[in-house]
Amino acid sequence: MAALFGPIMVFITGIAVPLGLLLPADAMSYPKMLAFAQNFIGKGFIFVAVFLFIWHAGHRIFHSLHEVGIHQGIGSKLLTYGVAAVVTVIAAVALLGLGF
Amino acid sequence: MSKRRPYVRPMDGWWKKNPYYVEYMVHEGTALFVAAYAIVLTFGLVRLSQGEAAWNGWLEAMKSPLSIIFHLVLLAAIVYHAFTWFKLFPLTTPPVVLNGKKVEPELIVRGGWAAAIGATVVSFVIVWGLA
Repeated sequence: MAALFGPIMVFITGIAVPLGLLLPADAMSYPKMLAFAQNFIGKGFIFVAVFLFIWHAGHRIFHSLHEVGIHQGIGSKLLTYGVAAVVTVIAAVALLGLGF
Repeated sequence: MSKRRPYVRPMDGWWKKNPYYVEYMVHEGTALFVAAYAIVLTFGLVRLSQGEAAWNGWLEAMKSPLSIIFHLVLLAAIVYHAFTWFKLFPLTTPPVVLNGKKVEPELIVRGGWAAAIGATVVSFVIVWGLA
């Protein structure tokens, strides 16, 4: 998921739209994004993207910490899976708060 | 408590000794950037749920030169991650046999890249259509 859709998502949200490059500058205007996030498919896509990115990263960082001498324990779990869980909940609350 | 103090071989910087391990650690390091991007997206989501003014503030923040540079770095890291991930693909998939012949690892790598390029193009066209 990160490998397939990560690059284009970063490009669109972080480079193309802010610079008005290739895509219209109002591509992420409030009415458009609200409609996207209220749409069933759009909402699902945003949630799946955030969920997979943060858990994928948390999981990999958790195992990489071992490689740099920080061994698996409560602390490293909280730092990785804990952060992933918090981010997931924040994203879910924000998405549900936007309504359908 | 035992008085024994067994020798534990120090492992500090073990991965710097072999270029292959350096590449592995850089690959793993890109996970930090993936996490950073997920947090940027989540922050935007929270701002969106707070109304139009908050969302426009987030959009403005995304236009700052610092944010653009940050996203260029993110893009480079995630593309590198994708590139090295597909390079490892043949090692993680079971041997694929087609017509009684083992599919070349190189073909699997190219298949991964093709999938990534396809996903990129399709996503862009969909966003183009929506925008």
